[in-house]
Amino acid sequence: MAKHTPLYEEHLAAGGKMVDFSGWDMPINYGSQIEEHHAVRKGAGIFDVSHMTVVDLTGERVREFLRYLLANNVDRLKESGKALYSCMLNERGGVIDDLIVYFIREDFFRMVVNAGTRDKDLAWLQTQAVSFQVEVTERDELAMVAVQGPEARNTVLSVLDTEKRSAAEALSPFKGAIAGEWFIARTGYTGEDGFEIILPATEAAAFWRQLVAAGVRPAGLGARDTLRLEAGMNLYGSDMDEDISPLEAALGWTVAWEPAERDFIGRPELERQRAGGATRKLVGLVLEDKGVLRNHQRVVVDGDSDGEVTSGSFSPTLGRAIAFARVPAGISNSCQVDVRGRLLNVRVVKPPFVRNGKAQIEL
Amino acid sequence: MSEIPGDLKYAKTHEWVRMNDDGTVTIGVTDNAQEQLGDMVYVEVPEAGRILEREEACAVVESVKAASDVYSPVAGDVVEVNEALAESPESVNQQPYGDGWLLRLKPADSGELDALMDAGGYQAFIESGDH
Repeated sequence: MAKHTPLYEEHLAAGGKMVDFSGWDMPINYGSQIEEHHAVRKGAGIFDVSHMTVVDLTGERVREFLRYLLANNVDRLKESGKALYSCMLNERGGVIDDLIVYFIREDFFRMVVNAGTRDKDLAWLQTQAVSFQVEVTERDELAMVAVQGPEARNTVLSVLDTEKRSAAEALSPFKGAIAGEWFIARTGYTGEDGFEIILPATEAAAFWRQLVAAGVRPAGLGARDTLRLEAGMNLYGSDMDEDISPLEAALGWTVAWEPAERDFIGRPELERQRAGGATRKLVGLVLEDKGVLRNHQRVVVDGDSDGEVTSGSFSPTLGRAIAFARVPAGISNSCQVDVRGRLLNVRVVKPPFVRNGKAQIEL
Repeated sequence: MSEIPGDLKYAKTHEWVRMNDDGTVTIGVTDNAQEQLGDMVYVEVPEAGRILEREEACAVVESVKAASDVYSPVAGDVVEVNEALAESPESVNQQPYGDGWLLRLKPADSGELDALMDAGGYQAFIESGDH
């Protein structure tokens, strides 16, 4: 029996086409993925992300715990509300999950992890937390929505009550704030401005309806995927997993090497990879011929071993097929992809493809 | 509910066939199929002149979600293809039985048309979920 989020009835009412996603019944689209995609790039869209896992970490030594647990360094979080994107690694330097952690107070950090990795993440957190006396509490009674797009911020502000509005209005990008039982953060997974809002499940449907009435378009997981791909953001399970290190997944920027004495899980293996030079890397691809790039297609590199498309799709903003692919580190600026038995020409680019509604690469 | 015109024939692989007055047949994918596939972003049609076997993969419709083969419901010669789909693949979503047509064939054996489903049969086939 698939699980339902507190917004399930809203999805049905909006004509959501429901599919299984990690055991949850979620909307893949509400009729047109491409129109939902454009709505987020040009106006505002709302996503139900209540299937994601919110975990509160509390205790006197929670910062020390996170310093050890995460490849990025929570000491970068100095102001309350500030968010950090990080990988959580195993001892082999592979990615258990990627996540966002918010610093609330010295004895309270909040983490948002993926739905598909919930069980193993919670088990790992529990195991690692013991020696730091950190308490790990899943907040599955909370709902979560993402409102994204150039119009998202103003529209959200227009429907919030005074207390929440002043909290939300003051947020700079990548910051969050507690407002009563709500948590409002200026973060997202689309490459557009907007908010991610964690709120009591009982209030989620009313908030959703208010936003839809204010012109925000419900957007499904399909659009969420093409938006994040255009924005150059990795998807766990596709672009990296437990056998892939952040250095092989274009996430080297999320690894905090300094201070050198900070010990974190996976560090020795990452240091070895860094010293030896990674043999594979994740790059962006743009298809020069007609067709569509798809996950797992073979990338053919002149005089080198094959690579593989890890996330491929059609970019509604660019009108072209784009992808991330894991390829030999020495790749030049062009290669070919085996698309249904035909070798098509692709250009190697550095993501993002699109940011704030604008193309970041030449076509 | 998806639209299933009464004057067409249907294949289990979700193609429709229209019998034209000149003895040729026009082929496309059904409304039900385009709904399942989602927004089309690329359509590949065969070359005119190609000779197709019955149930041979003859075109590809790609949506944002996935690529899907289109199978020729009958054997025959390709006499015309819908070139406009290269620029407007969304026609397959918007007018699956109109501007979204894929190709026109001259059937090798018009008897093969009798093996296809009529609208009622296709409706029952979709509802059975056996596809």
